Amino acid sequence: MSAASAVRGFARRTLALARAEVLHVIRDRASLVQIIVMPLVQLLVLSNVATFAVKRSPVYFVDFDHSPASRGIVTRFAASDLFDIVGQSASPDAANEAMLRGDATLVVTIPRDFERDLVRDKAAPIGLDLNAEKGSAAGIVQSYAAQTLTDYAAELGTEIVPTPRNVIDGPPSEIPPHPGAAHIDVRLRSWYNQTLDYKHYMVPGILVALVTMIGTLLTAQNIAREKEMGTLEQLNVTPIGKAEFITAKLLPFWVLAMIDLMLGLAVARLVFDVPIRGSLVLLMGSAGLYMIVALAIGLWISALVETQQQAMFTSFFVIMIYLLMSGLLTPIDSMPHWVQVASLVNPVRHFVSISRAILVKGAGLAEISTQLVTLAVFAVGFLTLAIRQYRKRAA
Amino acid sequence: MTSSGDDRAIRTNGLTRTFGAFTAVDHITFDVKPGEVFGFLGANGAGKTTAIRMLTGLLTPSSGEAWVAGHDVYRESELIKRDIGYMSQRFSLYDDLTVRENIRLYGGIYDLTRDQIRDRTERILSRLGLSDTAHDAVGALPLGWKQKLALSVALLHEPRIVFLDEPTSGVDPITRRQFWELIYEAAHAGTTVLVTTHYMDEAEYCDRISIMVAGRIAALGSPAELKRDAGASSIDEVFVRLVRPELAGGGGPAQ
Repeated sequence: MSAASAVRGFARRTLALARAEVLHVIRDRASLVQIIVMPLVQLLVLSNVATFAVKRSPVYFVDFDHSPASRGIVTRFAASDLFDIVGQSASPDAANEAMLRGDATLVVTIPRDFERDLVRDKAAPIGLDLNAEKGSAAGIVQSYAAQTLTDYAAELGTEIVPTPRNVIDGPPSEIPPHPGAAHIDVRLRSWYNQTLDYKHYMVPGILVALVTMIGTLLTAQNIAREKEMGTLEQLNVTPIGKAEFITAKLLPFWVLAMIDLMLGLAVARLVFDVPIRGSLVLLMGSAGLYMIVALAIGLWISALVETQQQAMFTSFFVIMIYLLMSGLLTPIDSMPHWVQVASLVNPVRHFVSISRAILVKGAGLAEISTQLVTLAVFAVGFLTLAIRQYRKRAA
Repeated sequence: MTSSGDDRAIRTNGLTRTFGAFTAVDHITFDVKPGEVFGFLGANGAGKTTAIRMLTGLLTPSSGEAWVAGHDVYRESELIKRDIGYMSQRFSLYDDLTVRENIRLYGGIYDLTRDQIRDRTERILSRLGLSDTAHDAVGALPLGWKQKLALSVALLHEPRIVFLDEPTSGVDPITRRQFWELIYEAAHAGTTVLVTTHYMDEAEYCDRISIMVAGRIAALGSPAELKRDAGASSIDEVFVRLVRPELAGGGGPAQ
């Protein structure tokens, strides 16, 4: 048998089975909805939920100064959609209660003689008391508040010295007139995501997560389902090759996943205004490689287990590890060292960073080549595992 | 030497399969000649299905030897699969695909050409009278039609040997008769048939039968030989004597 006819035979048998696989998907309306509509709905909803941006933080003002300068500060906070003014008085106790009730995240205390100091010394202290129960959010609110104050001070040609304190149980109190803190002038500039729009960062990640989940779950169920129904035995008694079988199972879901990704990308671009700074071809090419990895893992699970239920549990286990160790929700840089090392074998991590690099930074082939090579190695490795795991004959 | 070196369709020698401490198939030795309709009789759990699964390359034997279509079951199970057809006791075509789609799928897997698939599809549809339901999902067909379709698909690539595991269980007597007509047609076309059943009347349709009891071959021969040797008037009676000697009593004719 010549090599050409061997390839033709491989292609013919693979396509015969893949065609049947496509028909299964088309006939099963529920799974079609599951594959196409659900990820888009989730993308639309979850992209609004999964944000680190803090908006409309409740602020309470304790104004001891009652000056035009202090009212100017209140006005600036009121004008920003980052803050919501929930109360204003000259009573630290009222502010304390508001924070205890959870009504206020930030208490801004403007001390007596604020305006006088500002005019006389060109600098004046101001108190920022933060509810630090939600650690990272408190940090973000603090930096927003500091920024708002700095902008205002710059307008006046003066300097306002914020004195932040994280409050968990201590009451906010009047700021001592002369804080000893040194002035640190931090100038921030965000690269690539100048407006710090978290959606630009999160939407591609969420899209990757959704497509990965759907792809893994569907493929993991697939062979297990055929084992349960008894249809696999009929295939196992035919001369179909193991590689042909796995390829035929992978191909239709690969196409579906790519369609999902393209639709999701269109939503990201049109609804969430996510930039596509790099090459779309490069992105889809990397996605194609990545999806082979994700689906091969699903098929490996499916070849391994006996029932759909086992497939479900195993894939949830894998998906949880996948997503939490991917850098999608939490930065990998802040994980313990061993987790960072372990996450290198997580294909999601590599593709999340590839997609963010291409979309947000406009990275080219050279910048992502290491990750692409890693994914290629994974693709070969997991396909091999899936093919070897699939047994036509019971031991 | 990897093949049996003779023209026997199936040859086994002490073929055995254990599951832990349980011996499902216990040293069975038998031959099946080309073109023969060979029956495997036995109660549920006698080891018929396990034997078939070993011969079709679905299950690795624990010990013993076997050759199917001249191929060794240990080392050449994938070669065996080119030469055999198989119909399991559980309907295993795709319920959500139509009659035509199921035929086309297996035609493709068995490397039939487009023309062969088209011709054989038409032949099956007209032979089974399924032309009007060719575009219906297979799951909607009555059980008897499903079984006849499953047999036709098992024979689609014109295999040398076809294994039928309880093909008629659960179908009505008329369909059973039609089913056996299909089996005879295949046998006349030269296909060797190995069929398992627990319907004793079907045993009479076979050229030779082996009666399996608790994993062993308790009797082997043509239906006439078995009845004569046991002094019984029916295979049913032969079977009862082998399985439950105490019930056979005085040995008079059962019916």
